[in-house]
Amino acid sequence: MNEDRRRFLKQLGAVAGISLGAGYVSLAPSGWPLSLSDPDGEGGKPREKGLRLPEKGFAVDPSNVLPHLGVARGADLDAMLKAAVDAIGGIRRFIRTGDVVLVKPNVAFERSAPLGATSNPDVVAALVRLCREAGAAEVRVADNPIESPAACFARSGVQRAAIDAGSEVYLPTPSDFRLLETPGATHIARWPFFWRPFAGVTKVIGVAPVKDHNLCRASMTTKNWYGLLGGRRNQFHQDIHGIIADLALMLRPTFVVLDGSRVLWRSGPTGGSLADVREGRTIVASTDSLAADAFGWDELLERKGEPLPAYFAKAAERGLGNPDWKRTNVREIQVG
Amino acid sequence: MSAAPTPGPAPAAGKGLSLPSFQARLAPNPDGSPWWARVFRITNIRVASQAFFFGLFVFLLWVTWLSRLKGYPASLFLEMDPLVGFATALSTHTVYRHLWWGLFLLVPTLLLGRVFCNWACPYGTLHQVTGWLFNIRNNKNRIEKNRYRPLFQTKYYVLGVFLVMAAFGSLQIGLLDPICLLVRTFTVTIIPAVDWGLASLAAQGLTAASSIVFKPATPEPRVFAGAWFVGALILGLVGANLFIPRFFCRVLCPLGAFLGVLSRWALFRIDRDVTKCTDCDLCLKGCEGASDPQGALRKSECFVCFNCIDDCPEDALSFRFNPLPSISQLVKGSPKDGTATLGGLPVISKNLAVEVKAPDVPRRRWLFTAVAGVVAFPFLRFSKDVNKRGFHHKAIRPPGSVAEPEFLERCIKCDQCINVCPTNVLQPAKLAVAGLEGLWTPVMDFSVGFCQLNCTLCSEVCPTGAIQKTSVEKKLGLGSYAAKGPVRLGTAFFDRGRCLPWAMETPCVVCEEVCPTTPKAIGTYDEVFTRWDGKTVTLNKPYMRPELCIGCGICQKECPVVDDAAVYVTAIGESRSDDRTLLLTGKKAT
Repeated sequence: MNEDRRRFLKQLGAVAGISLGAGYVSLAPSGWPLSLSDPDGEGGKPREKGLRLPEKGFAVDPSNVLPHLGVARGADLDAMLKAAVDAIGGIRRFIRTGDVVLVKPNVAFERSAPLGATSNPDVVAALVRLCREAGAAEVRVADNPIESPAACFARSGVQRAAIDAGSEVYLPTPSDFRLLETPGATHIARWPFFWRPFAGVTKVIGVAPVKDHNLCRASMTTKNWYGLLGGRRNQFHQDIHGIIADLALMLRPTFVVLDGSRVLWRSGPTGGSLADVREGRTIVASTDSLAADAFGWDELLERKGEPLPAYFAKAAERGLGNPDWKRTNVREIQVG
Repeated sequence: MSAAPTPGPAPAAGKGLSLPSFQARLAPNPDGSPWWARVFRITNIRVASQAFFFGLFVFLLWVTWLSRLKGYPASLFLEMDPLVGFATALSTHTVYRHLWWGLFLLVPTLLLGRVFCNWACPYGTLHQVTGWLFNIRNNKNRIEKNRYRPLFQTKYYVLGVFLVMAAFGSLQIGLLDPICLLVRTFTVTIIPAVDWGLASLAAQGLTAASSIVFKPATPEPRVFAGAWFVGALILGLVGANLFIPRFFCRVLCPLGAFLGVLSRWALFRIDRDVTKCTDCDLCLKGCEGASDPQGALRKSECFVCFNCIDDCPEDALSFRFNPLPSISQLVKGSPKDGTATLGGLPVISKNLAVEVKAPDVPRRRWLFTAVAGVVAFPFLRFSKDVNKRGFHHKAIRPPGSVAEPEFLERCIKCDQCINVCPTNVLQPAKLAVAGLEGLWTPVMDFSVGFCQLNCTLCSEVCPTGAIQKTSVEKKLGLGSYAAKGPVRLGTAFFDRGRCLPWAMETPCVVCEEVCPTTPKAIGTYDEVFTRWDGKTVTLNKPYMRPELCIGCGICQKECPVVDDAAVYVTAIGESRSDDRTLLLTGKKAT
């Protein structure tokens, strides 16, 4: 009899416990501990908190004395890069001992280096070495290409060159993207961003080739930041100039390198024939990517006299640079 | 696998290994052999061999990727599969590239029997491990489950139908060949699942996980058409072990059947000594093949796992060279009244049959199988989807593929090409696109990926030449291939009703930007246009230049109208066949 009562009470306890527990988690107001209540269905939606890049970007303190634009011409890429960077204050102005540096080349397409559709691997390597010599603790090279990342990095030669020069290459994987907030941006105020290579980064340097582009007319250092985004990038063409102005706002680099060793002067941005490429023999370093790009438009794409693409004015309106490069402080050096 | 005897006293209380028990572990066996004979017994070596080959199999799938391929023979298992070699020889009258490696398996089978099945086959290992891990049977029950059943003939019918069809030019062995099946299952389901798990670990901070993923540097998780079905099939087939041990191997496996037919000539087999055998049936406890070692050994069913030798308490079983097929003439006296002797020793076993040479398939059933294969061929081939009169516009084959009828003679649906494809564009064909005959063969789906211009990896790993080994020069029509022109996969078309500049007053032309040919196969009509809201826009309205289009599909992949792209590729214009040319000037130079 006793056994029977105990069994009954146990069962009753289980019935009451399960009912009350289920009732609590489903009905308790949503602030209460363990509550799962969601009367309007909003609670079940994913909520990703956006990340932000540093307020002032990755730029170093501006200087009124030093040139904004260093232009080196010649054939020895290492010496040219060094001369161009020296012209704007030298690498030690930008990179301090212990810095973690992200170098962002343009490796958007699976093309071998001579076809001019990607950053020249030798220039990327020279830049990595320069940062290393300045005491950077770590140099990373990253891009999110249009075509298959592994194939693009291998075919362009950027992977081999970057690793041999002492950097680590970051290729995108599904878990590498986070939502980035860029306050003030027209289109990409919240957009998936290739975040993993940015974790812990203190300096960012862009290194972009000079390319013809069918829609925005020219793809250089400003458009280069396109490769840091994920998501539905194929919508960007609907307002490509607005997007490039947004990219300038999103990422303010330590400095940029315009790799004019080759110029893809037509059939851009993919190219594919040596006939589309000519020797540029120029490397530009600048703290102002609009000035660098405007220089490239006039002197490397040789489109001086044609109006600048609309994104220059849009970005300049936001105070992100000065496309009137001739009025900025320029230093031109002939190397060798 | 009986436990080794552990004589000696129980270990002393307290931590550590007590000396007496350690000595007991090193004590010789009762028969005088040294202690290490217990460790290095043949069944343990077999387990090591299975682990090695399974590891090798997974490793080779792991290196099947641009950044890892180097010189590895990524398709080794497929190329060593003698059924692949034999069936493609039937269908094409050729032995492609590495397929002669089937000899590496053929010769051991002719010497030792179906050793492959229990020593090397990764799928067999998967089944055996599953059966072992989830075993709930007692020994008596196991013995009953390991008896031979007529159901096990099925695999010979499967093999027969497939081989007859192959002779007509329809290669279907890949549907059930264990290597093809397992490579496909890894490619389509297991690899994406493992990578998903590893990526989640990496996202939790375990960064080392991201370096061992199968498919590094893919910005998006890989997806596959009909993955659920391939997944359901492996779960079903592996789960079947719970009902019939080694269900797939015993009942369905066409490779096992092929090796079973061959093993009638094997020089070695398990032999039962009737002067020792007490008919206790304990040898059936661990018998993987259900090959009746307790009676007349079915050579065609024996996997040579050696469990029976291990389990025999009388030491009556041994693996012997050229044993006698029949002993009844040598036995003197009658086994029924216990007076029988063999070579002077009393015969203990009541069963004097020791060998069944060939598969248990009566001749008339072989005949039925052949007839079934003969009629199955037209049944499949006259399905419109694979017939050249009507094959599907979305059956876009990878670059280097031979023309469709030859493709169906060669493709074993192993999906290695799909595994190596860096952009995920290669997909296993669904029934709706390729019918049953082309099920799981590779087709390109440009809503998922595109054909990377300088990539010929699929042609590199294809074991049977359905995708012929193709150089980049050949693919792009460079150098000595300039006269032939590039490989065309199909042709792109615009759907002006869905195109943003054509139909919606909105600038776009992503398609033109990404078009990789030079000059570009997509041109634009440029127009300054006043929109409905009064704004002035420049619209670049795209059009195709069909002579230049190679059908790579990157325009479709990148089109912002993602659900049903405004530019799309179909197979018309493909350069591999004359049946689907588009332009008068684009005829294949054959």
